[in-house]
Amino acid sequence: MTDHLETAAEPTADPRDRGGPAQPMLIVDKIRKYFPIKAGLLNRTVAQVKAVDDISFYVLKGETLGVVGESGCGKSTLARLLMHLVEKDEGTMILDGDPVGEVRGVGLDALRRSMQMVFQDSYSSLNPRLPIEQSIAYGPKVQGATRRRAREQARDLLQRVGLKPQLFSQRYPHELSGGQKQRVNIARALALDPRLLILDEAVSALDKSVEAQVLNLLGDLKQQLNLTYIFISHDLHVVRYISDRVLVMYLGQVVEIGPVDAIYEDPKHPYTQALLECRLSMDPAERVETAPLSGDPPNPVNPPSGCRFHTRCPFAEDVCTATAPRLGNVLDFDSRQHLAACHMVHAGSGHSRAPRSVAAPSPGDVQ
Amino acid sequence: MWLYALRRLLLTLPILFGVTVICFALVQIAPGDPIQNLLSPTASQADADRLRAAYGLDQPLPIQYFIWIGRVLTGEFGMSIANNSPVAGEVFRAFGNTIVIALISVALAFVLSMILGVVAAYRSGSLIDKVITAIAVFGISVPPFWLGVVLVIFFAVNMFWLPATGMGASGSESFSYFDWNDLKFAIMPIIALTLPPLGIMTRTTRAAVSEILSQDFIQTLRAKGLSEMSIMLHAVRNVMPAAVAMFGLQLGYLIGGSVLVETVFTWPGTGFLLNKAILTRDIPLLQGTILVLATAFVLINLLVDLIQSIIDPRIKRS
Amino acid sequence: MSDISAPALFPAAAPVHVRGYWASVWNRLRYDYVTLFCLAVIILIVLSAVFAPMLAPMDPDRSSMANRLRAIGDRGYILGTDEQGRDMLSRLLYGGRVSLAMGILPVMFATVIGGMFGVIAGFFGGKVNMLIMRTMDVFFAFPSVLLAVAISGSLGGGFTNQLITLTVVLVPPLCRVAETATSQIRSMDFVDAGRASGASSISIIVHHVLINVMSPVLVYASTLVSVSIILASGLSFLGLGVSPPTADWGLMLSTLRQSIYVQPLVSAIPGIAILITSIAFNLVSDGLRQAMDVKG
Repeated sequence: MTDHLETAAEPTADPRDRGGPAQPMLIVDKIRKYFPIKAGLLNRTVAQVKAVDDISFYVLKGETLGVVGESGCGKSTLARLLMHLVEKDEGTMILDGDPVGEVRGVGLDALRRSMQMVFQDSYSSLNPRLPIEQSIAYGPKVQGATRRRAREQARDLLQRVGLKPQLFSQRYPHELSGGQKQRVNIARALALDPRLLILDEAVSALDKSVEAQVLNLLGDLKQQLNLTYIFISHDLHVVRYISDRVLVMYLGQVVEIGPVDAIYEDPKHPYTQALLECRLSMDPAERVETAPLSGDPPNPVNPPSGCRFHTRCPFAEDVCTATAPRLGNVLDFDSRQHLAACHMVHAGSGHSRAPRSVAAPSPGDVQ
Repeated sequence: MWLYALRRLLLTLPILFGVTVICFALVQIAPGDPIQNLLSPTASQADADRLRAAYGLDQPLPIQYFIWIGRVLTGEFGMSIANNSPVAGEVFRAFGNTIVIALISVALAFVLSMILGVVAAYRSGSLIDKVITAIAVFGISVPPFWLGVVLVIFFAVNMFWLPATGMGASGSESFSYFDWNDLKFAIMPIIALTLPPLGIMTRTTRAAVSEILSQDFIQTLRAKGLSEMSIMLHAVRNVMPAAVAMFGLQLGYLIGGSVLVETVFTWPGTGFLLNKAILTRDIPLLQGTILVLATAFVLINLLVDLIQSIIDPRIKRS
Repeated sequence: MSDISAPALFPAAAPVHVRGYWASVWNRLRYDYVTLFCLAVIILIVLSAVFAPMLAPMDPDRSSMANRLRAIGDRGYILGTDEQGRDMLSRLLYGGRVSLAMGILPVMFATVIGGMFGVIAGFFGGKVNMLIMRTMDVFFAFPSVLLAVAISGSLGGGFTNQLITLTVVLVPPLCRVAETATSQIRSMDFVDAGRASGASSISIIVHHVLINVMSPVLVYASTLVSVSIILASGLSFLGLGVSPPTADWGLMLSTLRQSIYVQPLVSAIPGIAILITSIAFNLVSDGLRQAMDVKG
């Protein structure tokens, strides 16, 4: 789309590389997190919020994977699960070929050096009582850098994210604008020299003009530092602008995943279609007259049976209520693959709009 | 609603258990051997051991606790060491005298603080606000027992208007709050007890009302042309749940905190009883009185929470 | 509750660049004349207690039967004498030492102990929180005066026992404030950011939590100083304070109570000392609360 965004998976020589250029940066296999809800006189667990329900995906080296979905669909929980800020219930993670947290794999400390996160809320993401330089230097200090070394590093990083250290290093968060705070946030995430950055709504709270500056900064940093991004956002325009591939989440599950142009130009899942129609068009002639998605998403405590989207789907049939559609084989590492968890794209699913041919290439693969 | 009440009731049980544990512990932390106090100086070691066994004091502490709590639940609080009479009767007699002046004082403080707090919030920054704030700060800062002393100096010593101490000739048996000759004994204790809660409640009301007055919906009401009077009623209605909570809390504090004021005025309530227990180091009497007062405090809080859940719809299903 | 007038006190055009949190607190405080005045009063009271041996005109414990209950100003006794003929001014100065110590020391101890428990409960949550906070709830089931009388009444009088009593009474409220503040901080993203960089819980508590929890806890602790002074004087009034003849404002009030018919004014003096100290601490903590309410 824009010239500074490189195509995915460009092979580069990085001394930190272990698995080779073809090994995905991160593979996530059936990760799951349910939060218990306690109630009643004895405070027993009466239900579970299925925040992240068996999600699988991978990110290639140098790629930007966009994650979209309505608020409350589990995007942020996913980010915190990947960062191990929330303990996962099930599932495995493989970072550059090494399983995370297992005996022969990478430890949490190594994970933290390789993977960092940029938080959304600029109010709570920086310690209000620390000068920003100290907020940035904290990570390196924790990892054993001397006070002086950490300080120098913090000043370098400030320079890198476009804040003059002479002017900014001693400032407190309340003396910064939203965009400046977000730059500090990015600098802090970079302080441990990570290879994978998870950006959780990193630009969502910013003004449009500031948002564009920060997005450009992210693009530059990605090239300079050879980074891989997982970019979580509810803003479809921004995701299209920055992503190579896009993952669409609904109620804790992946409903569609594929290359950015395929998703935006040929969405397969009715939920993705509805989301895309929700975007406001700049052309008054193309304005949507009725809301494509009505109502709030169902309660993730007791998600609907079968396909979770059937309560809001205009094409819902009996089969949608009865059985949950499969997404297909996500982990085959073909970045052109376009998958949707919908009965309408699966031949022989029993849905009236499903392709007739039983001899489809492989179930679920619609490319 | 009923589920909330039941839940709240169940939450009270562990608190009450904790209260009894602390009351039980009071005897344990008291220096000296309780048995020695009961024995004549000539008693032998064998006598002491026999008595110890009789009271269950040779048992391990948890067993002792259960023996004690079993007695308490059947209304037997032990014997007062000083005058060798059952503690329970003495405590409950005194409790009546305490609760009446505490109730009157809190009710007075409640009404006055609502008026003062609302006025101060309405005239925020004015002279009258400053005067009311000064009264509140004085109420919070003044030691109530000293206020009692000053009241005695002024009304009893200098002016001869009111009797200094006691409950009058008729004593607590036939004391009547509707007879001036009796009531005048209660006036100074009530004033001394009213001021501290008045200070606290006035401040809280002022803060809560001015918070509400600054909210958008009040602006909307003004814009809709409502009179200041009905806007004030809106504000007061919104402060009500908080005010009721304060009422209960302060009533509890007065029941427990009246020990000093009752001592100043020799008002024969639980506070005066506590003072007596301290002076004579009568630990069973101290323990029984504290247990009754703390239980009353817990139950008052329970009651207030339940009342609050009725008047404030937001609490019901939390 | 910051008044509308507070921001106006800020010199809008001042070129001073506010550096750090405490600097901005001081910047607000220095235009708050009521608080500054009360601060001066407190410093004066503290100094007069510290230098009591130099300032006191007489030995505070030397009684004189011939000079019992002199009026204010009588025979060189600036504030009169008490029921044993001891000089009131000297006793007041010396008594301030005990009373101030009873206002400040228990609050300090309780801040450390209660703050520690509160931070632990708030930070770790779950079962640890349950255990600590439910235990504190039991102490909240007692009105503070009653709890103080109960513990002190069982332990008996004396300086140390009074100190223990007041500390125990003040720990639960401080613990609750620290717990609330900590659990708010714990949910902040910068704590997660610290964790994401591999920091241990201890490191996060030391570097990120304490610095943020400190100001609400200190503001609250400052409101407890006057509570502690009044509680202590109340205990002394009941004979549960320091043992005579050591002077202490509450004890002085108690012994002079018998003399209100003879020297009402002299009898009221120790109470005035308590009242002034308590008002000064209350107003200073009000001012601190407003000054520290800086959006950071």
